[in-house]
Amino acid sequence: MLENAFKGSKRYYGWMTALLAIIGIGFGFYIWQLRFGLGITGMSRDVTWGFYIAQFTFLVGVAASAVMLVLPYYLHHYKAFGKITILGEFLAVASVTMCILFIFVDLGQPMRVLNVLLYPTPNSVLFWDMVVLNGYLLLNIVIGWKILEAERNAVAPPSWIKPLIYLSIPWAVSIHTVTAFLYCGLPGRGFWLTAILAPRFLSSAFAAGPSLLILLCLIVRKLTKFDPGKEQIQSLAKIVAYAISINVFFFLCEVFVVFYSNIPEHMDHFKYLFVGLQGHGVLVPWMWSSLALMVISIILLVVPSTRQNESILAVACVTVFIGTWIDKGLGMISGGFVPSPLHHVNEYVPTIPEILIALGVWATGFFVLTALFKIAVTVKEEVAGVAS
Amino acid sequence: MKSSRRSFLKVAGVSALGTGLLKPVADLLAASGGHGEAPAEKVYKNEKALKAKQWAMVIDTRKFGSEKDLRPIIEACHKIHNVPSIDNKRHEIKWIWEEEFKHAFPDQELRFLPERIEHLPFLVFCNQCENPPCVRACPTKATFKRDDGIVLMDFHRCIGCRFCMAACPYGSRSFNFRDPRPFIKETNPKFPTRMKGVVEKCNFCEERLAVGQIPACVEASNGALVFGDLEDPESDVRKLLRENFTIRRKQALGTGPAIYYIV
Repeated sequence: MLENAFKGSKRYYGWMTALLAIIGIGFGFYIWQLRFGLGITGMSRDVTWGFYIAQFTFLVGVAASAVMLVLPYYLHHYKAFGKITILGEFLAVASVTMCILFIFVDLGQPMRVLNVLLYPTPNSVLFWDMVVLNGYLLLNIVIGWKILEAERNAVAPPSWIKPLIYLSIPWAVSIHTVTAFLYCGLPGRGFWLTAILAPRFLSSAFAAGPSLLILLCLIVRKLTKFDPGKEQIQSLAKIVAYAISINVFFFLCEVFVVFYSNIPEHMDHFKYLFVGLQGHGVLVPWMWSSLALMVISIILLVVPSTRQNESILAVACVTVFIGTWIDKGLGMISGGFVPSPLHHVNEYVPTIPEILIALGVWATGFFVLTALFKIAVTVKEEVAGVAS
Repeated sequence: MKSSRRSFLKVAGVSALGTGLLKPVADLLAASGGHGEAPAEKVYKNEKALKAKQWAMVIDTRKFGSEKDLRPIIEACHKIHNVPSIDNKRHEIKWIWEEEFKHAFPDQELRFLPERIEHLPFLVFCNQCENPPCVRACPTKATFKRDDGIVLMDFHRCIGCRFCMAACPYGSRSFNFRDPRPFIKETNPKFPTRMKGVVEKCNFCEERLAVGQIPACVEASNGALVFGDLEDPESDVRKLLRENFTIRRKQALGTGPAIYYIV
C-alpha cells in the first residue's frame, strides 16, 4: 500500500514539494536553535514554555478526536462512520507525530531525550505523557494500516485488531487527560490549578479535531474520486456543535468560579488575558477574537439550516479551528505563566525563528497526513472500482 | 518472497520494540527504593562533612537595611558557583537575588506595611522544600531530594524540558537559554560551569557542606543568615525559631519551605 504514496499527480507532488520546502526552512532554523540554545525563542526565565508546548497541547486534542469516529462506529455500530474511520486514525497519526516533534524541539538538551526511558520516573506526569502519546501513535498506525489492508484485500480484518480498537477508545481520552495533568497539578499556577482543565481540553479537542476532519473530508471529495459522504459530514458537524458548546460552557464555569470566589491568584491570569494586567495585554485582542469565533461557530453549527449547508459548514469549521487554536495554542500556556509566581508581569511573544520552526513541524505533520490520506483514498478508489 | 520479507519485517519490528520497551520496564522493577539505579557501592564521605536530617535557614531581615547589605551575599554565591551575569533579563540566571516584600510574599501583600519593610529587599532563593513540586515533576530524576533535605540538580542528566520551572511556585529555577560560559567573569575551577539547555538553582552549598564549610551566603552575611539542622532541637535555627515569629513563602501550598524569615 505504501507505494501509493509515491504515485501521484503533478499537483500531489507539487504540494509535497512545497511542504518539504517549509520543513527545510524550519529545520534550518532548528539547527540554529540547536547551536545557540532556546534563547532564539521568545521564552524567558518567567515564561518557560511557549509556542512549541502550546502547539503540542492543541495537537494532542486533534489527535484524540479520532475517537469521535471510532467510538460511534465500533461501540454503537453507527455504520456510516465505517467509511471514514481510517481518515480519523491517520489524522491521529499525523497529529501525534507533530506532538512528539514539538516536545522534541522544546528540549534544551534533545540528545539526552532517552534519559526519560533510561531513568523512568512514574511520579512525573511527563513520563506518563510519553507513554500514552507513543502508545497512541502505535495503536493508530497498527489499527489504521491493518483495517485498510483488509479492506483492500476484501477480507475481514484479523481478529486480534478488535481488542486494540477497543483499547484505543479510552487511550484517546487518556492522552488529553494526561496532557492536562501536566499543568493542572502544579501548585502556585492559579490559571491551570482547576479540575475542569482536563474536561476543557477534551471538549475543545472534540471540537477542533472533527472540524479539521470535516474540512479534510470536503477537500478529499473535491480532489479525489472518493466521497466521504454527506451523512458522515453532517454527523461530524453535530459532534462539533455539541463539543464547541460544551467547551464554551466549561469556560464559563471556570470564569464563574474564578471571579465569584474573587481569589486574586486565579483572577489575575484571566485579567491578563482578557483585559490586560499592569499595562500588559498583548493577548487581549486574540482572546476576545477566540471567544467571538467560538460563539459565532456555535450559532452556525446549532442552527440546522446553516449546519446543513456545506459551504457555511466549512466556514463554521474554520471558525471553530481558529477559535480553539487561539484559546489553546496561544492563551492557555503563556496565560498560565503571566503573572509569574512572584507576581511580576513579563510577557511572552514568540520570535520569527520560533514560528518558522513551529511551521516546519506543522508542515511535517501535513506531509505525513497527505501521504497517509493518499494511501487511504487510493485504496478506497480501488475498492470502489474507480480507475485511478 | 513477499511473505518471507513480511515475516522478517514482523520479527524485526517486534524485536526492536521489545528491546526498546523491556529495558525501562526491567529498570522499573529493579528499582526498589524509587531511585532509577541501585548502586551497591559504598559512598565514602569526608569526615569533616556537615550532616543534618533537614538543613534549614533562618533569615533575620531586621539585620538588613538596604540593597547594599545584600550585595556581598549574592556576589559570594554567584562567584563560587560560576553563575553568569547575563544582561538580557529573559535569559538571566539567578541562584539568590532580592525581591520586595510584595513579590517575595505575594500572598501576604498588605496595604499598610511598616516603612522599614515596604522597600526592604528580601533575599530569595530555592526554598529546599520538604515536599518539593519540582522533584515530583522531573521526568528523569535530574532533580532530586537528598536525605539531608537538600534538593539538588544533576546538570548532566537534565534534558531541559523545564517542567520543574513550571512546577516551582517560587521562581527559584533558571534555564540556560544560551551558553553561559562567556558570561562568567572569573571561573571558579572547583565548581562545574553549566552548558546551554539545562536548568540550575541554589544547591544550599552542598559542595561546601561536604568539606565541612557552611554555605557561602551564610558566611558572607555577618550573622543575618543562620544555617542548621531543623530536626535538632539544639541547633541555631531551632533556637531562633523558638525565640522569634517567622514566616515562610507561600506556606499554604504545602511545599514546606526550609527557609524561614524573621521580619
